[in-house]
Amino acid sequence: MTKSKSAYSVPGKLGKTERHIIVVWVDNEAGVLARIAGLFSGRGYNIESLAVAEVDKKKHISRITIVTEGTPQVIEQINLQLKKLVPVHKVADFKRGEKDILFRELALFKILGNSKRQEKVKKICKQFNPVVLDKTNKSVVIQVTALRAEIDKLALDLKSLGLISTSRTGAVAMTKGQKTFN
Amino acid sequence: MPKLLSGAEIVFKALEDQNVEYIFGYPGGAVLPIYDELKNHKSIKHILARHEQGAGHSAEGYARSSGKPGVLLVTSGPGATNAVTALTDAYMDSIPLVCISGQVPTHLIGTDAFQECDTTGITRPCTKHNWLVKDVNDLSRILHLAFEVATTGRPGPVLVDIPKDIQFKKGKYKFFKHTLKKKLNGKVTHKISNSELDKFIDLIKKSSKPIFYTGGGVINSGPEASKYLRELVSLTGFPITSTLQGLGAYPGDDPQFLGMLGMHGTYEANNAMHDCDLMINIGARFDDRITGKVDEFSPGSKKIHVDIDPSSIGKNIKVDLAIVSDVTTLLKSLIKRFKEKNKNFVNSNKQKTSKWWEQIGKWREKKSLNFINSDKIIKPQHAVQRLYELTKNQDTFITTEVGQHQMWAAQHYKFNKPNRWMTSGGLGTMGYGLPAAIGVQIANPGKLVVDIAGEASVLMTMQEMSTAVQYRLPIKIFILNNEYMGMVRQWQELLHEKNYSESYTAALPDFVKLAESYGCVGIRAKTPNELDEKIKEMINVDRPVIFDCVVDKAENCFPMIPSGKPHNQMILGPEEEEEISDEGKVLV
Repeated sequence: MTKSKSAYSVPGKLGKTERHIIVVWVDNEAGVLARIAGLFSGRGYNIESLAVAEVDKKKHISRITIVTEGTPQVIEQINLQLKKLVPVHKVADFKRGEKDILFRELALFKILGNSKRQEKVKKICKQFNPVVLDKTNKSVVIQVTALRAEIDKLALDLKSLGLISTSRTGAVAMTKGQKTFN
Repeated sequence: MPKLLSGAEIVFKALEDQNVEYIFGYPGGAVLPIYDELKNHKSIKHILARHEQGAGHSAEGYARSSGKPGVLLVTSGPGATNAVTALTDAYMDSIPLVCISGQVPTHLIGTDAFQECDTTGITRPCTKHNWLVKDVNDLSRILHLAFEVATTGRPGPVLVDIPKDIQFKKGKYKFFKHTLKKKLNGKVTHKISNSELDKFIDLIKKSSKPIFYTGGGVINSGPEASKYLRELVSLTGFPITSTLQGLGAYPGDDPQFLGMLGMHGTYEANNAMHDCDLMINIGARFDDRITGKVDEFSPGSKKIHVDIDPSSIGKNIKVDLAIVSDVTTLLKSLIKRFKEKNKNFVNSNKQKTSKWWEQIGKWREKKSLNFINSDKIIKPQHAVQRLYELTKNQDTFITTEVGQHQMWAAQHYKFNKPNRWMTSGGLGTMGYGLPAAIGVQIANPGKLVVDIAGEASVLMTMQEMSTAVQYRLPIKIFILNNEYMGMVRQWQELLHEKNYSESYTAALPDFVKLAESYGCVGIRAKTPNELDEKIKEMINVDRPVIFDCVVDKAENCFPMIPSGKPHNQMILGPEEEEEISDEGKVLV
C-alpha cells in the first residue's frame, strides 16, 4: 500500500456500472436546471446527455431526460436525491436496453460535396429518417433521428464524405403502447 | 381591495405569523429597508452579531435548543458569503434555519454591482432550497414556503434572497399554509404498515445480540421521540449506543447505555456494533466516522434503518429493513404493536441476551475512557468530568467547538435530556460553540449554558463575546487550553512522525485580560486542586465568563479507531500507539 496518509477510509470495492435514463418532471422556474446539474456535479454523478424542454405550457412543467452511468447504489441515490429537490414533481428511471422504452436522439450534419456525394450521404443515412433541411450545389444539411450509438457510427462514416459540422441533442425517451411514465 | 404592504413589511408580517421571536443578523446596504421596519414590530427581537457566521451559528444554537427554526438576516455580498459556513453546518446537521438575505436591486443583478454576489448560486448546494424573489407579490408565499421547507421532513436551512427594490415595493400579503404537497419534501406521507412493524418485532424477537444505534434524528423528531425511545429500550432490555448528535436522547448514565460509538466512541459500543446480530438504527445516517471501512462494518448483523430522509437509507450501508418515517411516529406505533403481543418480553428474553450482556460487561471492564490523572497538571478529561459533576444537578446546556475538547466533552459529559447538547458534527466547524451558546442562552434564559471549547477554535469567532455582553447573556466559555490545535497535533503525532506542522499557536492572547476587555469575567485555572473552586466561581457569576483552563499539552484523545480498521480493533491508550501499522496510518 502506498504511504498516503488520509483522515478517511479507503474506498471499498466498486460495483458494476449500468447506464440509466432518468426522466424528471420539474417546475420550469429560474435555476431549476442548475439545481439538477449541481446535484449531479456536487455528488460526483455523471451526466452523459441532457435534454430539457417545457412540456406543459399551462402548469410550466419541464421534462428533463438525463442519461447517466453508475453502480446500482449510485443510480438509487440519484433517484432519491432528485426527488428531494423542491421543484421536482416526479422521477422515472430506466435501464438502457429495457424493452418497453423508446429512445431517440436527433443530429444535424453539414456535409460539403457535389450532388453525387450528396446522394451517397443520403443513402448512408437512409434508415435513420433523413430530412434534408438545406441544400446547395456544394453543401447539404441533413437531419437524422436515431440511437446514440447509431449516430456515433454515422458521424464516423460521414467523415470521409465531407462532414464538417455536427450538432446533436441528448436522448429523449417515451414508453411504448398505452402506458405512460409514472 | 386588501391593503398593500411594502416588501419589508411583508417580511415582518410573515415572521410574526410564523411566531418568530428572535432574528439573528447584521445590517448592511441591501437590507436597510428591512432593518428600518424592525422598529414597528415589538414582538420580534433582533440580536446583533459581530459577524454573519456568528449570527448563523447563534441561530443554529437557538434552533437546536428550542426546537424552533432559527432566523437569520444578512445583507448582500459579504453578508451572504459569511453566512455560508453556518448554512452548510446546518445543512449537514439537519438544523432548521431560515436565512433572509438582501440583494442588490433587480435592475443591477448581473452587473457586478457593489456588494453583489450570486447568493442563490453560492448557497444552492448548502440549503434545502433557496429563492430569489423577483416580484413582491410572490414574497409572502415564498417566505411561508421557506419556513415549511426548513422545518418539515429532514429539517435544514433555506435562504430567501430579496433585492432591495422588492423590499420597497408594495404588494399583497397572504398567510399560506401547507403549500408543500409533494411526498418526499414535506412531511413524509408514508404510512407505516403493520407488516413492517411485525417484521421489525420479529427481528427483535429473533435476536440474541441486539443493539440500538440512535442518532440526531431522535432529537430532531422532538422530545416525544426521546420518551418513546426510552420506553422501547426498557421494553426490550437491549443495549443502546448513540452517535455524537444523538447524545441526550437516552440518559447517559443509564446501565443500558454503552456510551457514544464511532471513531472516539467507547470500546464496548464499538465492539457491540461489530459483533451484534441485530442493529437497530434509529435516526442515524451511517456516517463515515461511525462505520470506518464500510466493507468490514458489522459483518454479521441484520440491520434495521429508520430515517425520515429516504436518500439516507442505503446510501452507505445496505440494510435488511428500511422504514422511511419520522422517529416519533414510528416508535409510537411500534411500541403499541409490540406491547399487544409481547407482555413481559424483557424477562422472558433475558436468557437469550444474557451471554451478550456478559460479553458487553467484559468489554466494559476495559474502561476505555480511563486516563492517567495527575495532581500537578489538569488533564482535559478531568476538567470535563469536574465540570459535569459540578453542573449535573442543574439543567445545563453544553455547546462545543471542534476537536479534542469536543470528543472529551462527548465522552465525559453525560446528558440526560435531549436538546442539551449542541455540537457541529457533520461539517466539523471550529468556531461553532461560542455563537451557538449565545443562541442557546437566548432560547433558554436563566439556564446554565457552557461552551466547552479549545483555544484555537474559540478564537475563530471570539468577536461574538461582544454580542454576549451586549445582551447580558451569561454564557460560560470553558476553554481547555493546550496551546495546540489538539486534534491536528494528535494526528500529526500518530500519522506524520510528530511533525507538528503549523499546529502550535504561538502568541495566544491572555484570555483573562481578553475577557476583561470585552467586559466579561475572566477566570484561569492552572492546577487540579484549584479547578473545582474556579468552576464553581464560573457557575455562580451571573455574567459571561471566559474560563482559561490550562491543561496538559500532550494529552491525546482515546480510545480511537484508526478508521479502515473494523470496530473491534480500537486503540485504547498511549501504550498501544506503537501498534499502528503503516496500513492503519492511512486509515485514521
